[in-house]
Amino acid sequence: MPAPIRLRELIRTIRTARTQAEEREMIQKECAAIRSSFREEDNTYRCRNVAKLLYMHMLGYPAHFGQLECLKLIASQKFTDKRIGYLGAMLLLDERQDVHLLMTNCIKNDLNHSTQYVQGLALCTLGCMGSSEMCRDLAGEVEKLLKTSNSYLRKKAALCAVHVIRKVPELMEMFLPATKNLLSEKNHGVLHTSVVLLTEMCERSPDMLSHFRKNEKLVPQLVRILKNLIMSGYSPEHDVSGISDPFLQVRILRLLRILGRSDDDSSEAMNDILAQVATNTETSKNVGNAILYETVLTIMDIKSESGLRVLAINILGRFLLNNDKNIRYVALTSLLKTVQTDHNAVQRHRSTIVDCLKDLDVSIKRRAMELSFALVNGNNIRGMMKELLYFLDSCDPEFKADCASGVFLAAEKYAPSKRWHIDTIMRVLTTAGSYVRDDSVPNLIQLITNSVEMHAYTVQRLYKALLDDISQQPLVQVASWCIGEYGDLLVSGQCEEEEPIQVTEDEVLDVLEGLLVSNLSAPVTRGYSLTAIMKLSTRFSSVNRIKKVVSIYGSSIDVELQQRAVEYNALFKKYDHMRPALLERMPIMEKTATNGPSEIVQTNGETDSTVLDTKHPPTITQPPSQGNDLLDLLGGNDVVPVIQTSLPTKPPSAGGELLDLLGDLSLTGAPPPAPASVPSVPMSQPPFLLDGLSSQPLFNDIGTGIPPMTAYNKNGLKIEFMFERSNPNPNIAVITIHASNSTEADMTDFVFQAAVPKTFQLQLLSPSSNVVPALNQGNVTQVIRVLNPQKQQLRMRIKLTYTYKGSPVQDLAEVNNFPPQSWQ
Amino acid sequence: MIKAILIFNNHGKPRLSKFYEHYSEDTEQQIIRETFHLVSKRDENVCNFLEGGMLIGGSDNKLIYRHYATLYFVFCVDSSESELGILDLIQVFVETLDKCFENVCELDLIFHVDKVHHILSEMVMGGMVLETNMNEIITHVDAQNKMEKSEVRAASEARVLSIIILI
Repeated sequence: MPAPIRLRELIRTIRTARTQAEEREMIQKECAAIRSSFREEDNTYRCRNVAKLLYMHMLGYPAHFGQLECLKLIASQKFTDKRIGYLGAMLLLDERQDVHLLMTNCIKNDLNHSTQYVQGLALCTLGCMGSSEMCRDLAGEVEKLLKTSNSYLRKKAALCAVHVIRKVPELMEMFLPATKNLLSEKNHGVLHTSVVLLTEMCERSPDMLSHFRKNEKLVPQLVRILKNLIMSGYSPEHDVSGISDPFLQVRILRLLRILGRSDDDSSEAMNDILAQVATNTETSKNVGNAILYETVLTIMDIKSESGLRVLAINILGRFLLNNDKNIRYVALTSLLKTVQTDHNAVQRHRSTIVDCLKDLDVSIKRRAMELSFALVNGNNIRGMMKELLYFLDSCDPEFKADCASGVFLAAEKYAPSKRWHIDTIMRVLTTAGSYVRDDSVPNLIQLITNSVEMHAYTVQRLYKALLDDISQQPLVQVASWCIGEYGDLLVSGQCEEEEPIQVTEDEVLDVLEGLLVSNLSAPVTRGYSLTAIMKLSTRFSSVNRIKKVVSIYGSSIDVELQQRAVEYNALFKKYDHMRPALLERMPIMEKTATNGPSEIVQTNGETDSTVLDTKHPPTITQPPSQGNDLLDLLGGNDVVPVIQTSLPTKPPSAGGELLDLLGDLSLTGAPPPAPASVPSVPMSQPPFLLDGLSSQPLFNDIGTGIPPMTAYNKNGLKIEFMFERSNPNPNIAVITIHASNSTEADMTDFVFQAAVPKTFQLQLLSPSSNVVPALNQGNVTQVIRVLNPQKQQLRMRIKLTYTYKGSPVQDLAEVNNFPPQSWQ
Repeated sequence: MIKAILIFNNHGKPRLSKFYEHYSEDTEQQIIRETFHLVSKRDENVCNFLEGGMLIGGSDNKLIYRHYATLYFVFCVDSSESELGILDLIQVFVETLDKCFENVCELDLIFHVDKVHHILSEMVMGGMVLETNMNEIITHVDAQNKMEKSEVRAASEARVLSIIILI
């Protein structure tokens, strides 16, 4: 068999290939030759073949059949073979294959080889891809080499030790004694790798960290080394662009940072040297800046004195003015990290940061944007917002969403006036409307409802914006909602803030109808506009036109639109008397939770007030034949607010039993699990919904002056009723029951149930516990809310069940002695 | 920690690829392609730092690159490395190659991939910087090369001797 070709030949041949297919063919041919050569177990040419295999691997062709051959090469005596063998092992093998374990013995032998380069190869391979088993086996050898006087091997052993520690953290202790004199080396390579090793140990284990701080007096040693580096004159071997071994300086600074973090003594010890480095380093080249950057990061991280911190931030400010993009990028990144702690100092550089927004470089723009948002505060909001809005206009689409969210957040926090706030929002919607996040629409609507005096102005501006452009969905949605709500203000021209425009009802309806038919409108937007048109039926006089529109859409293909249209039609036909009440102005909504992003890098704001979601304000998903329709407006939506609770142990069937027993009284004693109950008991939802929305406490005037009463007192169990009135709705009485037990044994599994006449509605919240402790040691409390719209006399039947001394007890009672104030 | 060192030319052909974390072969090739895609889009006068692509760890990792003539030198690092320091490291690496190959050009890298690997393993080991002093690196690389050469010479001498004996 002819000798296999050299690597060089192979490369030359492959380069002559014109197409990918040709190249693949050549490689396959060569692979076949290599495979047959491997089978022949030819020692002389194995190394050449593996080299070729590695080249093909780099190009992307499979080369796994060479793994065993690498092992054979490693076992050979020749240095050339070993070199290629170890390289192949690093490139082709990994710890997922069992083959690599076969290397362990070879590496062990090589670690004790007489030639330092062979030892070096072994250390290198172990440090790159050693698995935890291998590391465990060979850690002893590595530790031995860490103490050798050969600096070439020592530095490699140090990095190998880092790898071992990463794979098997428990072995860290083993390397501790060897680290004692690592720092007294003269050789910079060893110094460098030792610092890396120490850094790794300190980062991994706080015990090590404190050990090094106190016992080893690491900080003074490091400070000394750093001083020597700076003070010593020009030394040609370590010089990089005029600075003496900048890599080592950077590493030492990093280790100092870890040592000084939250430790006063260490921080004090390094204050001087940091100041020295910061002032003496030359900044004309990248190396100087690298050192300064590291110094700044260290100063910010440790407990440095304030003068030093100001120095650091000024250095960063200087970086910002540097022409080199890299420096500016790095400065912006570090300012972002420090803006939380040293806000005022960073503020000084605000104008430079804002200038960076106009930079051409994408990475710099992004950093500048994040930093600008972090710097916005009450004083500079107007100026900053101007810049940021200008940025929003001109930036790339990838930034727009984040920028828009950031603007909303900042505006919410620091808006100097409502008009400014609304103007800003309008500006964002018109410039970046399609990139705005979905949940900002309800937020904006809520904001608009809350600024009552601005309604006319807002609706006017939104109307004008709609006339210009209907392609940006969030803008269109907000605008149509507003027009629906405040259309009367628009037509009557009541705007105070700016020149009122003359709009007729027909024009408004034209615009809204245009939205319905336009191809640009999303289905959701169409829903908004249909609802808006419907709302205008009570505010405008051209009802016939509206009726026509609504009836057309009763046969729309879009199910959502169709449903709305059909229901609105029904409103016109059968329930016309209810229409005005239904389509009244929305009340002011209160925020119950933070809607929207809490930071720019946002987490979806939770809205458990999805009930406030005004996407379907007057949607009636239940048959309109309910009383209390106004409250139905918000009821019956997909999300059931969690005010409905169920009694702890009683199964829902208990309600059924009670219902049987108490024929004429309607029961809402044992509420079934919340979601299932919504369709079956819709009536009880709406009043409590409103209460739940307003985040006011349940008990508004404690001590309204209604005296408590004893409802039941038998067999040692006493139940007292305490009354409060719930503020938003005077028809609701809130009763807290206190159950106490004067006998010597506890009453366990205590369940309280109540039933009221049909004209009332009742809601029971969950009790504080179901064990009434003996001898009046404690109370079980439970809250009952009774809705009494017709102001009739309150009567209640209660049923108590509990287990007393092992046997179950049940009792029924009627409570008629409610004080008159509780239901009047 | 350095996650990967890649050298590829202006058309995306890999000239050297060293990964310090394990990825499957396919993933490695994909990473090379993705990195090339990201880096080649960059303008000449923007900064040399990029967020890493999705395959190589997303925004936790950064790509620090330098463009020399026809080659891109890309180091993919995580947040524990100093960006400016790595830029300097790339510079030292290229200068070392220059010294070893005497005015290095792309062809040198093409035909001597294994040598480049050996030089690299004297500088970076297990994802960490081992040695940054150019002279040290070159000394050791030269010594190892000499060892290789002497072995090869000894082997060929042995072969010649055996042939002479046969005759």
